[in-house]
Amino acid sequence: MYVAVKGGAAAIESSWRLLETQRRGDTAITELSVAQIREQLSLAVDRVMSEGSLYDPELAALAIKQASGDLMEAIFLLRAYRTTLPRLGYSEPLDTARIALVRRISAAFKEVPGGQLLGPTYDYTQRLLDFALLAEGDGAATSPLVPTEEAGAVPETPSATVPRINDLLAREGLLETPQPVDAAPPGDLTRDPLMFPADRALRLQALARGDEGWLLAMGYSTQRGYANSHPFAGEIRRGFVSVELVPDELGFAIDIGDLEVTECQMINQFGGSREVPPQFTQGYGLAFGGAERKTMAMALVDRALRADELGEPRVAPAQDEEFVLSHADNVEASGFVQHLKLPHYVDFQAELELVRKLRVAHAAAIKEAA
Amino acid sequence: MMDQNYNFAFLDERTKKRIRRALLKAVAVPGYQVPFGSREMPFAYGWGTGGVQITASIIGLSDVLKVIDQGADDTTNAVNIRRFFARTTGVATTGKTREATLIQTRHRIPEVALTEAQILVYQVPMPEPMSRLEPSRRETIKMHALSEYGLMHVRLYEDIAQLGAISRAYDYPVMVNERYLMSPSPIPKFDNPKMHMNPALQLFGAGREKRLYAIPPYTAVRSLDFEDHPFEVQRWDHACALCGATESYLDEMIVDDAGSRLFVCSDSDYCEERRDAGQVGTQQAVTLHDALATPADAITTSEQEAA
Repeated sequence: MYVAVKGGAAAIESSWRLLETQRRGDTAITELSVAQIREQLSLAVDRVMSEGSLYDPELAALAIKQASGDLMEAIFLLRAYRTTLPRLGYSEPLDTARIALVRRISAAFKEVPGGQLLGPTYDYTQRLLDFALLAEGDGAATSPLVPTEEAGAVPETPSATVPRINDLLAREGLLETPQPVDAAPPGDLTRDPLMFPADRALRLQALARGDEGWLLAMGYSTQRGYANSHPFAGEIRRGFVSVELVPDELGFAIDIGDLEVTECQMINQFGGSREVPPQFTQGYGLAFGGAERKTMAMALVDRALRADELGEPRVAPAQDEEFVLSHADNVEASGFVQHLKLPHYVDFQAELELVRKLRVAHAAAIKEAA
Repeated sequence: MMDQNYNFAFLDERTKKRIRRALLKAVAVPGYQVPFGSREMPFAYGWGTGGVQITASIIGLSDVLKVIDQGADDTTNAVNIRRFFARTTGVATTGKTREATLIQTRHRIPEVALTEAQILVYQVPMPEPMSRLEPSRRETIKMHALSEYGLMHVRLYEDIAQLGAISRAYDYPVMVNERYLMSPSPIPKFDNPKMHMNPALQLFGAGREKRLYAIPPYTAVRSLDFEDHPFEVQRWDHACALCGATESYLDEMIVDDAGSRLFVCSDSDYCEERRDAGQVGTQQAVTLHDALATPADAITTSEQEAA
């Protein structure tokens, strides 16, 4: 006699225990601290904060630890925490021209006001595995790739006004300056569902929390002829900017803290038309922390999604806002792809019944024909 | 015991209020998909976040909650969701359909008839019934506004023309109140007739797709069909092997290496109730045969079985 399988609850509890064992790994090896993750896996922390839509390095590091380094899982953990937080208010727009620079480059001009600042970048490291890092636990072991005495310290300039290249170009009329379509305050993706068509503010919100891999692939596709973008990296800057809030009781802006951000402004060709004189157009990317790949890809995708606004034909996937934005969120995508693990035997049974019935009908038809 | 670190039913009161407002609209316009500010939940999208948000928004201290997945209370995801609410609300939970005031379900409607005192909350993966025909929501919203459902009728017609039958076995499209085409969620079409004029309030939540919809009590729900190809539900040649039921939806299990099948009720509470009342099935697995097998194949199969 068959007895239906019970014990889902016990299985779940065992699974939690096994997960904990997996996370901890070999107990003979020192446990990783949240502070170590925050300081030494900082780019992972930055990605989790961006896509988790919460600027909190400590909690992001905790999420990474809890998720055994699975960044999408960590992003999900942070989002699920974020959703419980009250919404106190909206900050003033960030002024990224007032910035304590960590890095700043322009690929469009050799020299720019405020200067080019290489800062920390993997771009020129030659990608050789640094075996010196294997010799760990020895505080004196310094990477030969970083021979300076200030190894590990983030080069940071004091906060200063560094004019954005785009503003300089726009002053000469060479670059369009997108204006808000109406005076209404921008929508909030986290409070109201994204509907289409979406305005640019909402699109940028969705891209900012969008999956880096998705944006990278979409942005890349625009470079390979699926939508023509002809981009130049007008400027990429990374640094600390202050967040200002105007509390109702005060009526003026107060500084509530600093954020580290990476901002990318792409400059793209635009032929102009009978009505609009020839000028360059732009795509924009912004993310928390060090996120150059993400913001560059985001800027490419943002520009591609402006096709309707700029009167360009929509011919490629990256120009279809519903396609790009509906599939950009990795918390949504990961959940739905993986929900296929859940039992579907009721539906599968429905299909089995149907296929069997159709096969019986098919057999009857063959017999009749014979 | 309720976990005091979180608000009652996890969500904050303002969010719950917003969801209830969206639900009121959904009830007022049966079958219409209401966009709502879906929140991230401590469950993955696709794992019941829409249903969980509805349940969280309407559950009260006096409720008795039942959670089922594939008709059963003890599937892991049902267990997980039930424990979540037990932990964040402290309300009583049950496996018995008749005792529950609030039932959250995935993929089934209980076999026992529901009452006016009950609310059924469905977890919905894809709320848009035409998503497989027209992926753009921008387009389908227009089609709903205009009651332009020709696309779906053509699809069903093509099935009949090509296969001789409509190939939708679950998530079979319905017209609600003769106005909106609606996805009943991936319940088997066996359950569709239960939605029609049901005394219970039926609420549908799609968290990832950020849509809610509803069928108020005693609302007409019609499964699409054609005069010469009337809608029909699944039927089995077998009764439940445990309780002998012939009117219930059955799960099929493969019980040995020869591929013998055991058919049992998918609704575990219904099956248990019948067995408690003394009903008994055959307790036997059955051998299924390929309808298209040639006689030679059939001999080989039975020889293998004999061996």
